[in-house]
Amino acid sequence: MMLHMEGVHAHYGHIHALRGVDVTVQVGEIVTLIGANGAGKSTLMMSLFGKPGASSGRIVFDGEDITRVPSHLISRRGIAIVPEGRRIFPRMTVMENLLMGTAFADPANFNADIKRVYAMFPILEERAAQRAGTLSGGEQQMLAIGRALMSRPKLLLLDEPSLGLAPIYIKRIFQIIRELNTEHGMTVLLVEQNAHHALRCAHRGYVLQHGEIVLAGTGQELLASEEVRAAYLEGGH
Amino acid sequence: MSAVIIARHARTPAERFKDAAWVGFVALLLGIPMVGLTTVDQGGALTVQTRFGMLGAFVGASFVGRFIFRWIMDQVRNRRAAKPAVAKVDRTPQAIKVIGWAVLGASIALPIAFSENRYVIDTATTVLIYVMLGWGLNVVVGLAGLLDLGYVAFYAVGAYTYALLFSHFGWTFWEALPVAGAMAATFGILLGYPILRLRGDYLAIVTLGFGEIIRVILVNWTELSNGPNGIGSIPRPTLFGLPFDRNPTEGTQSFATFFGLEFSGMHRIIFLYYLILVLALLTNVFVSRLRKLPVGRAWEALREDEIACKAMGMNVTNVKLSAFAIGAMLGGFAGVFFAARQGFISPESFTFTESATILAIVVLGGMGSQLGVVLAALVLVLLPELGRNFSEYRMLLFGTAMVLIMVWKPSGLLASREPTIRLNKATAAGGQS
Ligand SMILES: Nc1ncnc2c1ncn2[C@@H]1O[C@H](COP(=O)(O)OP(=O)(O)O)[C@@H](O)[C@H]1O
Ligand SMILES: [Mg+2]
Repeated sequence: MMLHMEGVHAHYGHIHALRGVDVTVQVGEIVTLIGANGAGKSTLMMSLFGKPGASSGRIVFDGEDITRVPSHLISRRGIAIVPEGRRIFPRMTVMENLLMGTAFADPANFNADIKRVYAMFPILEERAAQRAGTLSGGEQQMLAIGRALMSRPKLLLLDEPSLGLAPIYIKRIFQIIRELNTEHGMTVLLVEQNAHHALRCAHRGYVLQHGEIVLAGTGQELLASEEVRAAYLEGGH
Repeated sequence: MSAVIIARHARTPAERFKDAAWVGFVALLLGIPMVGLTTVDQGGALTVQTRFGMLGAFVGASFVGRFIFRWIMDQVRNRRAAKPAVAKVDRTPQAIKVIGWAVLGASIALPIAFSENRYVIDTATTVLIYVMLGWGLNVVVGLAGLLDLGYVAFYAVGAYTYALLFSHFGWTFWEALPVAGAMAATFGILLGYPILRLRGDYLAIVTLGFGEIIRVILVNWTELSNGPNGIGSIPRPTLFGLPFDRNPTEGTQSFATFFGLEFSGMHRIIFLYYLILVLALLTNVFVSRLRKLPVGRAWEALREDEIACKAMGMNVTNVKLSAFAIGAMLGGFAGVFFAARQGFISPESFTFTESATILAIVVLGGMGSQLGVVLAALVLVLLPELGRNFSEYRMLLFGTAMVLIMVWKPSGLLASREPTIRLNKATAAGGQS
């Protein structure tokens, strides 16, 4: 078992954003978390980093309890995040952005890692010396994923990677996620509002509503489920 | 309601007229109390008199001024828009390098060219102090993106550390220099801790308060700092132990006697100039090196996006504190030099105006650009000097110049950012990062 969250609660002041969620991610899986705006998806992801910290419950990663581990030490244990809204460093070059992903990694791996990222996203190599803020939205998303991969994570967290992208890029991003999983064996926890794409891409999924998991199942099951169809798919894609 | 047109291209004369008329109207509203009415002393009693002629001239000048300004701005904009959009090769990095070396050459040659002109060398020394302070603050504001309005505090800590170490223990300039730097860095960390969670405006307000607290302490803690009277007779730095005195004490050498020169007051002035030039250059090399190291890159990443930094596993606390400490240390060094040059310091020298000037140098220079700081320091120190002939209007001249620079170059004189790692160096950088 790679990640196991057990009865996790989280608060922002008085706001009770997570109300006892149980989520499990197995090695080699793509697990998706779908839910409406404000359901608590980003909160769930950030609670792994202790921002906000879990006020009760337990988070176990790779066999170790990380519930109280300081934020900046989490990524060292092998979790990398592509935050909501990409959050690349706009005035720095593409290459510098990738370098920032290795803040604590072994410098000896740098060349191999950057080659791997460039092979996956040739556009980043072309634009290596360009300011990241001048990339298109889809390219910025690829950069954010590439930057996260530079730290050689065991678990990759993606927070709404398709948000605000043109349809052609949305397709491409989900294709990349599948490739990462099948070809590089990456374990992925994927947060999405784009339920249709996410469920088709993932092995398993959870539906989050008002800070609680209301449904869980394989991607196929959730795609077929009446509740999911009614709430997240109808009128959508 | 915004009748003042801000950004549109083609404008009819009628529109321009309306725009200028609106500005004239605002000038009228402001001008009635400010220009139209004046108090006159008539036999001991103050009476209010109207100055309609003056008011009319003021409104008229505003109207005409706005009309012409708008017209010029439009011309400039049209000409820019009309330029064919050929692929532009960005030559800024090379140009910056050339200008940088030229400025360095000029600053080395300056005392030779003006060896008898004390005023020129003194002014150039002042410029260099501000350049050094600007480079120091650049670490905090330009690179790490932490708005610090109280930078003068570290300058003061450096200056007072030297003054006190001398007056109590007889330490020399060279002995006090590293200690004062360490002291300022300690203050930087002390200030850094409570404000780690603050950003933007809140950070600015607290740092501003910190700058004032240091000054107020210096004014009031008379036993330590001698209060508003300041500390005097601080010794000048020596050249490897050779003082620049006219009459060295029995049995010792002075600079002039050692080199068999005739004593001249200019020797010391020129020595001080070269000393600050060296200190400033060391600062520049130091900061440029740091920028290419992981810590420097972390500062810049922090400026860009703090949340992303945390997600990358960066210890944001240490990154911020290191920026504060190093910025403060450089300010402290500059403070020691300042104390040694003036020979006398008092809290008067460390007011908010100083912080504001240094910050203006960094912002005007283009946030993070090293050469930009030099150009901005030149402008900000020389303009008031040149403006002396205009006596009471010099601040007006100064303000106008600042506004014009900001209109012409909204992101500073040199806004382009030099990457810290280049394509072909990927392999080399990988080894050391
Ligand atoms: N920094 C914050 N401070 C206070 N409340 C927050 C903060 N971030 C999110 N929330 C609240 O927590 C709830 C869950 O938010 P979030 O996890 O961002 O939802 P989602 O990612 O599913 O759209 C929402 O009600 C939101 O308003
Ligand atoms: Mg979210």
